[in-house]
Amino acid sequence: MFEILFPNLDLVKAWMKTKETLYMTGVSLIFVFIFGLIIGLLLFLTSEENTRHIRHFRWFVKGVHWALASFVNIFRSIPFVLLIVLLLPVTKSIVGSMIGKEAAIPALVIGTAPFYARMVEIGLREIDKGVIEAAKAMGAGLGTLIFKVLIPEASPAIVSGLTVTAIALVGSTAIAGIIGAGGLGDFAYLDGFLQNKNDVTLFATLVILLIVFIIQFIGDKITKTIDKR
Amino acid sequence: MITLENVTKVYQTKSGPITAMDDVNLQIKEGEIFGIIGYSGAGKSTLIRTLNGLERPTAGTIHVAGRNITNISGKALRQVRQEIGMIFQHFNLLWSRTVLENITFPLEIAGVPRRNRVQRAKELIKLVGLEGRENAYPSQLSGGQKQRVGIARALANQPKVLLCDEATSALDPETTDSILDLLAKINREFGLTIVIITHEMHVIRKICHRVAVMEEGKIVESGPVMEVFKNPKKEITRRFIGQAMINPDPKPGLDHLIEKYSSGIIVKCIFTGEVAEEPVIANMLRAVPVSVNILQGNISQTQDGSYGTLIVHLDGEEETIKEAIDYLQHHHVGVEVVKNV
Ligand SMILES: Nc1ncnc2c1ncn2[C@@H]1O[C@H](COP(=O)(O)OP(=O)(O)OP(=O)(O)O)[C@@H](O)[C@H]1O
Ligand SMILES: [Mg+2]
Repeated sequence: MFEILFPNLDLVKAWMKTKETLYMTGVSLIFVFIFGLIIGLLLFLTSEENTRHIRHFRWFVKGVHWALASFVNIFRSIPFVLLIVLLLPVTKSIVGSMIGKEAAIPALVIGTAPFYARMVEIGLREIDKGVIEAAKAMGAGLGTLIFKVLIPEASPAIVSGLTVTAIALVGSTAIAGIIGAGGLGDFAYLDGFLQNKNDVTLFATLVILLIVFIIQFIGDKITKTIDKR
Repeated sequence: MITLENVTKVYQTKSGPITAMDDVNLQIKEGEIFGIIGYSGAGKSTLIRTLNGLERPTAGTIHVAGRNITNISGKALRQVRQEIGMIFQHFNLLWSRTVLENITFPLEIAGVPRRNRVQRAKELIKLVGLEGRENAYPSQLSGGQKQRVGIARALANQPKVLLCDEATSALDPETTDSILDLLAKINREFGLTIVIITHEMHVIRKICHRVAVMEEGKIVESGPVMEVFKNPKKEITRRFIGQAMINPDPKPGLDHLIEKYSSGIIVKCIFTGEVAEEPVIANMLRAVPVSVNILQGNISQTQDGSYGTLIVHLDGEEETIKEAIDYLQHHHVGVEVVKNV
């Protein structure tokens, strides 16, 4: 049955390519989570309404906000295919190579972290101002505020944002694959499309869909368990 | 315990400066329940928020618990805030934490070891009457229960002062009363100084010892609750008192009644404190041969005793009526002539 549907499919190679996609997505996602969370928090903390009370160095805080916001807006707007090409020199200096599964990671992270940062910022802005104020009234410092109020109270948005981001990342890895980063995109293109083996392309597509569904399922489950509102 | 000297707060907004507090002077004594009443926008929240540094005054000085907090910031401010509890109209609990965890939160901030935190939180849960709900999340509680968590949380670090910003405004009348009873109990048992902001005179009447009336950023009247009730000086105060009584002023129906009399005099008697609980009218009738017809009356309880008004028609010889009024005044009943027929 399987051989009839996918006559040209090399299962061993397909599995290897799947692992490459999972690797690229997974590693990028870790970096995106860390950078996105930090940038999102900084965007929130340096925003106009949260810095009104600051008396010294307000211009500096505003500058940080402006720089971050510009960075996020610019890198969120550049199409990913172009970003990979533009970032080739950077990739080379970080990874030491321009092709292979590692080579895609810097572009994936830089292209996706701003997107996630915005989602984190939106999640933080949805926190009830009164709760933040209550924490301040109890004498909470910045660290307490970030780790015990902001992150826990925004956690459903942080997780659901990460789910959406992970799915977008799977899509981006497929594009990166075409440029030579390996993974299921590369498999579908080189082994399928260019060799006129439509069954291989179809199989790669199905695997990507499956990965997306699994990510969505897990993400929704986690969001639901942590959301006690 | 709390002193405000010439405190002014001006907000700079896009549409120009707004004076939320205008030269406010206030003294709140240790162990008292002090109420601040005013309509929306009077500057009550601004005032209470200056007491824990959530808002910085534009001018003036503020002392809380013997410390000048006018301009402190950073670590010193966070330290002071741990000694000042605050509860809010919308409770402001962390939804991500259980009842117990919400109450241990201020203890975590103060660096109390975990074992002691849980023990202290359990004591507080008992104090506010939430036994059995320690592992519930705020979303599973009613408004009154949420405010109880808010109170427990505010008391966790054994504060010297408890600030309440419209703490009962989101609650129904019965729940309001139960929360007020709890606050009064805390005040009695721990001698905690409580500052209450409200726009409901009922709250002031029920538990406050002293009251300040706020209008357009100014304190227009203040004093012991009983005295302010007995002898309101400002129109706004009278309106608030009216709100606290069931039938405070002569209503059209009463006017109609008053019209019917063609002789005698109609007076409003004001009873305060113990007088309100004595049979003064009955005693007067025994002493003076005057005829009395009661047109309207009511009585309400305050922290220091009862406060009541009675509108009566007195009839008889002019001399007798005068004698009756003297009798009332001599027995500490306030008498206001409503209509001299
Ligand atoms: N952060 C702010 N920026 C600008 N104006 C403010 C700010 N906070 C309060 N105000 C203004 O100050 C005045 C007093 O506000 P405040 O919140 O103290 O009133 P309030 O007596 O607590 O009213 P309410 O009963 O509605 O809570 C209002 O005119 C309000 O618009
Ligand atoms: Mg207010």
